[in-house]
Amino acid sequence: MTRDDVLVQRPGPLASLVIRNARLLDPAAGIDRTGDIVVREGRIGGDATGLEEIDGTGLIVVPGFVDPHVHLRTPGREDTEDIGSGSRAAAAGGYVAIAAMPNTSPPVDDAQDLVRVRELAARDAVIGVGFICAITKGQQGSELTEGAELAALGAAALSDDGHPVSNAAVFRRALQYQHLTHLPLTLHEEDMDLSAGGAMHEGAVSARLGVGGIPAVSESIAVARDVALASYEDARIHICHVSARETVEEVRLGKARGVHVTAEVSPHHLLLIDEDCETLDAATRKMNPPLRSRTDRDALVAALIDGTIDCIATDHAPHGPSEKELPFEEAPFGVTGLETAFASLYTHLVLPGTLPLEILVERMSADAARVLDLPVPTLAEDAIANLAVIDPTATWIVGAGDFQSKSRNSAFLGTELTSQVQLTIAGGQIAWRR
Amino acid sequence: MSSRRSLIAIGDLSRDEITRMLDLGERFAEVMGRDIKKVPTLRGRTVINLFFEASTRTATSFELAGKRLSADVINVKASGSSVEKGESLKDTVLTLGAYQPDVFVIRHAAAGAVAAAARYTDAAVVNAGDGKHEHPTQALLDLYTMRKAMGHLEGLHVAYVGDVLHSRVARSGAIALQTMGAKVSFIAPPTLLPREAAAGLGVHASHDIADIADADIVYALRMQHERMGAGGFVPSLREYATQYGIGHHRLRAGQRVMHAGPMNRGVEITDQLADDPTALVTAQVEGGMVVRMAVLYDLLSDPQAVRSTDLVTEMMAA
Repeated sequence: MTRDDVLVQRPGPLASLVIRNARLLDPAAGIDRTGDIVVREGRIGGDATGLEEIDGTGLIVVPGFVDPHVHLRTPGREDTEDIGSGSRAAAAGGYVAIAAMPNTSPPVDDAQDLVRVRELAARDAVIGVGFICAITKGQQGSELTEGAELAALGAAALSDDGHPVSNAAVFRRALQYQHLTHLPLTLHEEDMDLSAGGAMHEGAVSARLGVGGIPAVSESIAVARDVALASYEDARIHICHVSARETVEEVRLGKARGVHVTAEVSPHHLLLIDEDCETLDAATRKMNPPLRSRTDRDALVAALIDGTIDCIATDHAPHGPSEKELPFEEAPFGVTGLETAFASLYTHLVLPGTLPLEILVERMSADAARVLDLPVPTLAEDAIANLAVIDPTATWIVGAGDFQSKSRNSAFLGTELTSQVQLTIAGGQIAWRR
Repeated sequence: MSSRRSLIAIGDLSRDEITRMLDLGERFAEVMGRDIKKVPTLRGRTVINLFFEASTRTATSFELAGKRLSADVINVKASGSSVEKGESLKDTVLTLGAYQPDVFVIRHAAAGAVAAAARYTDAAVVNAGDGKHEHPTQALLDLYTMRKAMGHLEGLHVAYVGDVLHSRVARSGAIALQTMGAKVSFIAPPTLLPREAAAGLGVHASHDIADIADADIVYALRMQHERMGAGGFVPSLREYATQYGIGHHRLRAGQRVMHAGPMNRGVEITDQLADDPTALVTAQVEGGMVVRMAVLYDLLSDPQAVRSTDLVTEMMAA
């Protein structure tokens, strides 16, 4: 059941243009051909006569990307990101829809908060923005939020994100209540006792660096619990940012047993490992879950390809310089990701031949939309235009120009990437044009 | 951003550089044997000791080292909550940096703090201990002490015993010793041994205290209550002392004992052993000052000029 009332976007002029002689690639719709694509009055197809023409030679047109997991810092930390800047960052990365986590200040956990952020999105968002609301009031892990009302008002999902519900009985009630709300539960999985004091993956590198370790089992043990509870309650869960191979195994087992479990993985976990933390640079290397071992990374890539992991999510987590200038162990977790997601994965997984482009596009678009029941972007005729135009040969240095995001804590800061989003049309409107 | 050389991690030093530092330390030890224990080598240079975490011997030895080299030494003790500490770290370094010091000597409770501080100053930065991460000058003074006592480092076997998990002393020591061709063992209760220590640091890792038998030096580590937080890592200090405490009863003839201090007598080391003249604990403190003189001298001198002959000439001129 796709929900059309979740995404909010600023109203604006509808795009009309034609892209000539591009590769049109929409794996989910079975489209892969070279030719023209017409967008007229915000919809795909129709007569190209009189429209602006774009030479698409050498370019790839794909369905726009969807990110089920971003942080827009609104309300509370608009100095580091807001709905306008975050949505522009997303558009610059080829995204047409994103879902914002509720760990804001205050957390989005009731009707009033949700209505307010949706109003802001209707004013500022250049692409579709959905809002995930808290599972428990104040993300405190004890009392359920008014899920039925939140669902009626267009909540994208429920999540306590970085404050996982530790009490199994409370979480069980959240699963039971899902039969009323039908809202996906998206879960940051972490046993906070096991990870306490940790700042990076527990392993050989943390042993050498003397930095507090976050064991892989702190993630997989929480996933095992929640898969068991979801199975027992016949409920549906989505596992955020899988980082450990043990977690991949839990998700694989759950799926094999018919549990309704989906999972996402972030570009940084697919591309970086704990050895990259040697610099102790918190701005680019400290995130939760942490960068894990090479073996974990390889397991994540394999799981993304075979579908055990359903989709890619950036966990875009903007932080200001003063927050990230702290010593590694004291700085907050998180890196940005919206502007680099496709290019980083294209550069480091597609170009070397590890990951087929078709799978990458599907995992970033259709598969990502499905985990939250969002409309699936497509290049098919008559669909509302939600697409990205990519130059697969352009190279750029991350951070050399300005970010659209207000923050610069990118894991790929200063590195050269290949491929760049030239144009993004979201909800029929031009959201980004280089 | 730091334009001068710094000493943040012991792994940044090559075998030759460590040897040079220990040799320099011996030269300074000779000077310390003279009536006037001061040389004009670093006259006009400024050393700022910036300690965000309590310290007795490291702070005093860096202060004395600087003063005996005739540098201007300023000691700053900072404190505050963990986040405030981090924020004030940058601001403190920027503020004190306006005085254009030549060296910051920094101690902080969080791993990565000294690397972070180095981003905000052009002065050389010396890590005087950052959380559980590193303590490179402690490693140098320990090697200095070991070389002096045993005559060599190559082929030496050093067993660190006890709270390895929280120990920057063991971590920096293990890296330095292996650089010099020594063998290192970590012997600890299972709860105080870092996971994958063997893979991460190349050491022999064991829970069996009997494994100290083969060691030339038994290095007793302090139980670091202040880093343990809630929840005991061992059931009791009494049980720890019984299982892992180092005393004469565990040692064979010729084995030497070290401890970085401050000692928990009766816990990781017995009273009797701590006071035994063959223990190297006091020698470590003496070594600490001359090695820190060597580090300051090395960082503040033109690298091309650092030849022991030049040093001797300078000292004689004093």
